[in-house]
Amino acid sequence: MKLKLATLALSALMAAAPAMADLVYPSLSYRTGPYAAGGIPFADGYADYFTLLNERDGGIGGVKAKVIECETGYSTEKGVECYESTKGEGALVYQPLSTGITYQLIPKVTADGIPMHTMGYGRTSAANGKVFSNVFNYPANYWNGASLAINHLLDLNGGDIKGKKVALLYHNSAYGKEPIRTLQELAKKHGFELSLLAVDHPGQEQKSQWLQIRREKPDYVLMWGWGVMNQVAIQEAVNIHFPMENFIGIWWSGSENDVLPAGEAANGYKALTFHNVGHNFPVFDDIQKYVVDAGKAAGNGDQIGTVLYNRGLYAAMLAAEATRKAQELSGKAQITPADMRDGMEALEITEERMTELGMPNFGPSFKVSCANHGGPGTGAVQQWDATAKEWKLISDFGPSDMDVIQPLIDEDSMAYAKENNITPRDCN
Amino acid sequence: MLYREAGDFKTSYAKDNQTFPIKFDRVAYYILLVVAFGVVPFIINDYWANAVIVPFLIYAIATIGLNILIGYCGQLSLGTGGFMAVGAFASYKLMTAFPEVSIIIHILLAGGITALVGMAFGLPSLRIKGFYLAVATLAAQFFLVWLFNRVPWFYNNSASGQISAPERSVFGINVTGPHVDAWAQYMICLVFVFASAWLARNLTRGTMGRSWMAIRDMDIAAEIIGVNPLKAKLTAFGVSSFFIGIAGALLFTVYLGAAEVGEAFGISKSFLVLFMVIIGGLGSIFGSFAGAAFMVLLPVLLKNILVGALNWPTDLAAHFQLLIVGALIIAFLILEPHGLAQLWRVAKEKLRLWPFPH
Repeated sequence: MKLKLATLALSALMAAAPAMADLVYPSLSYRTGPYAAGGIPFADGYADYFTLLNERDGGIGGVKAKVIECETGYSTEKGVECYESTKGEGALVYQPLSTGITYQLIPKVTADGIPMHTMGYGRTSAANGKVFSNVFNYPANYWNGASLAINHLLDLNGGDIKGKKVALLYHNSAYGKEPIRTLQELAKKHGFELSLLAVDHPGQEQKSQWLQIRREKPDYVLMWGWGVMNQVAIQEAVNIHFPMENFIGIWWSGSENDVLPAGEAANGYKALTFHNVGHNFPVFDDIQKYVVDAGKAAGNGDQIGTVLYNRGLYAAMLAAEATRKAQELSGKAQITPADMRDGMEALEITEERMTELGMPNFGPSFKVSCANHGGPGTGAVQQWDATAKEWKLISDFGPSDMDVIQPLIDEDSMAYAKENNITPRDCN
Repeated sequence: MLYREAGDFKTSYAKDNQTFPIKFDRVAYYILLVVAFGVVPFIINDYWANAVIVPFLIYAIATIGLNILIGYCGQLSLGTGGFMAVGAFASYKLMTAFPEVSIIIHILLAGGITALVGMAFGLPSLRIKGFYLAVATLAAQFFLVWLFNRVPWFYNNSASGQISAPERSVFGINVTGPHVDAWAQYMICLVFVFASAWLARNLTRGTMGRSWMAIRDMDIAAEIIGVNPLKAKLTAFGVSSFFIGIAGALLFTVYLGAAEVGEAFGISKSFLVLFMVIIGGLGSIFGSFAGAAFMVLLPVLLKNILVGALNWPTDLAAHFQLLIVGALIIAFLILEPHGLAQLWRVAKEKLRLWPFPH
């Protein structure tokens, strides 16, 4: 009991030190654990963009941005602790980078009136803004990803994949299971055979799954993996001599960390992406000048220009633009989470704006609306070039099959609304 | 000087056998109860409830449960995570199937269902002991997690396999779902903790507890003096799983609100609760609380000190946190193998003699 009391007193002291008058962006990052390989570059990119804004422009609309990092280790329990410890500091938007934590936070952020942005992950049906008022997943979600992967297969086969065998190798969690429904619908529509192979957390043990792939000889393997699972899967694919160009990962299975361990043999591996790759953008010159050379880079500063760093940068850019929109709408520089939510809902990203920001053609142009929190759902395919050690886009940013996805989104979000007694908002 | 039993005379057996024979302890216990029930609910906030107190209370129930099995009955189990998952999924199925029934009843039923599952997996304990039993219960852990991942009926066929707790209330006050006050969350856990600890304490000093301890100390001797090992071992598994099931149900409904079986109830949970039992002290209800407090509060405290006060980078702090907690566990086990409970006992002994140690 004494220990407990001492603990209580001490951490009460620690918990009470909020600094207001900044624009607060909590970063629920994970720089430790089996998913750190993905968590570190994303967190670095997210933090560096706000540092850049502070150093170059003096913040957003004259108010400094402040990124509070909280280590979750990809664990939902630490995610709760992080959410509770940061929400009191005026957090404007949450980006947990974990589907599990997202599921947990959806009801909480909605009750607390704080927006959450789950870019390319989380609950797909949150794209329906009528039901999920505070959750945004623009510019693309898993179901778009599933459809984009199948579209790519259609392109490769001249529009006909009837009778082809497609295997889905997925992380056995909410994250990995998300695309299954969509793929089943698409299998019906295009007549391909889908087989499902689950890999348990954390994904180091995949021998039996790859044995099955070897036996069944699918034409294509799709992967929904994260963290250490990706590296192991690519290595296993190399081991069984699976043709790399027929192996396609979701955007969370396509970073440098995933392919580098397999060396030359990983050449030709494909992954989806919803934003551009590489560091040939003017914004990186500014990052070099204002952030790296000033010694203010987050982490070790060695991730700049990698796929997931770019994704963190992109997430931060979208958050900063939504903040600008919110400042414009509310007419004040120091916005509240509720203003931020309105700003996100009114967000419009145009090609001109991205060029202005030094990120021309970095992501799609899109407009968020009250009913559509999911954005356009466009994406491209990137391929790994093992000799140059870089990803290259091999397709344009194409649309996904919304005829299949939209009914699924409506169905799933309405089921959620019914379970939780939510009356869908009137969006006109 | 203050803490002594001189003059504290007992005139009946009932008084002699009470849980807190020393008056000072008794008074402290009543004050603690008054503070826990009467003061804390008024001052608790969201952070304290969600990050510190609620997980502590829930893990305390799980630790009491496992302590009954390991500490009192001597049956090693590594299936705690799986049994907590049974409690969570049972409460989820009950909550969604019978929304009109009170959540309290659902949580108790979830405990009951877990008790049945626990007894089924406890059957091998009649033939195998020690490490072999640990391996058998480890199988339970993996089987149960696999089952809840594999069969969509358990998660109502949701696309992602996630279960989310719908909003439920007790006496018109929400205790689950997003619109829940910190004090309500705290109170429901506190009531369950109080009831569990009281029940566990009284079970362990009655006939049942004595037969468990007889089995623990030497099973052949116990059998010779007339303790039925089938009954003793299975009741231990049942009672232990009942508490663990309640903890699992509360963890999912009140604390997390949404859960995914592999992540929330994996093997690491089994080890976490086992560490709590060992660090707290085998065969002690107080030890269960101390162990749960140590394992839940220390990481949060370290995080707040290292990141909040010293402004360390979060990854460095997370690594150091593992180092410090690990080093402390080893230090504790070397210095006091009987856990925090024994440390507390020794401290009390010293206090009784103070200031005249000889």
